[in-house]
Amino acid sequence: MHGDRGSFDQRLKAARRDAGLDDNEAASRATGDNALSLAMQLGAEMVAAVVVAVAIGYGLDKLFHTSPWFMVGFVPIGAAAGVLNLIRATGKMKD
Amino acid sequence: MAQEQAIDALGQFKLTTGLGGLGRVSEFTNSNEMMLLAAVIVVALFVVALRRRALVPGRLQGLAELTYEFVHQMVLDTIGPEGVRFFPFVFTLFAFILLGNVLGLFPYFFAFTSHIAITGALAVFVFLLSTAVGFWYHGIGFLKFFSPPGVPVWLLPLLIPIEVVSYASRPISLSVRLFANMTAGHVMWEVFAGFMLLLVASMGAVGAVASIIPLGLNVALAALEFLVAVLQAYVFAVLTCLYLHDAIHMH
Repeated sequence: MHGDRGSFDQRLKAARRDAGLDDNEAASRATGDNALSLAMQLGAEMVAAVVVAVAIGYGLDKLFHTSPWFMVGFVPIGAAAGVLNLIRATGKMKD
Repeated sequence: MAQEQAIDALGQFKLTTGLGGLGRVSEFTNSNEMMLLAAVIVVALFVVALRRRALVPGRLQGLAELTYEFVHQMVLDTIGPEGVRFFPFVFTLFAFILLGNVLGLFPYFFAFTSHIAITGALAVFVFLLSTAVGFWYHGIGFLKFFSPPGVPVWLLPLLIPIEVVSYASRPISLSVRLFANMTAGHVMWEVFAGFMLLLVASMGAVGAVASIIPLGLNVALAALEFLVAVLQAYVFAVLTCLYLHDAIHMH
């Protein structure tokens, strides 16, 4: 009984995909509802990477007594990682 | 009272003790109380709903089955068929956070997901688990996850730190998202409710009529907050699935 239902689900999904039903649904869900939470999410993505980079830089500086050079090196890396996070997050929304 | 009345929007997040005298002795906080309540409700729902396994489900059984199927489908779609072994974990996480968010919306109930310590602990656990799963599936080869394919070798010293930082920032963005959404909603509620008190205190009867506006805003906010509570639990669960997917499939 379970096997039947599994294959039915798969056929239903294939049919829906062929009819273009699922795509529309996903697209409207991604763009439609919550602009505020979207903005908050993207902001958090960017800041989080910089926070991590600063923490790594600070820790390495403490470890090797090279203040401030690791921090100086890691902040641009963190900024780049933040942009990378941003691109990944928006790319996932488009799919 | 009108003069010293300031809006104390953050007072609602203060930890006190729960469970009466027992809580004071053992430092059992009101936050722990709500976590316990959320866990008990989830377990009780499933025990009660699935006691009689009707072929045509009743309301409670329908609710339980709907939740189960929803998360099951999400795990299948996001991780793939081999992700089903993580279904119990994802479902527990989803149900716990959902109950925490929704219970926190009720008056006098404490929203434990509005504390970064809670969301941070959950996010760090997800992060450690997905990393461990990556190493479990791929061994040391999981480190290749940090070098994007099709990149010239001389760029790798720059790109690998960027990828590592991006990966390490996952638990932060995961925990801050849930925490910020829940905290912001509760603060807005408190602030608008405080406006009503201020209006009445400063303008008397006129203020009482005018305070309909913040009241209406709070009613609208209640609907939005309910949406956010469910959505954030869903987002947390989906991102957990996504991280597990990355760990299993390496992109």
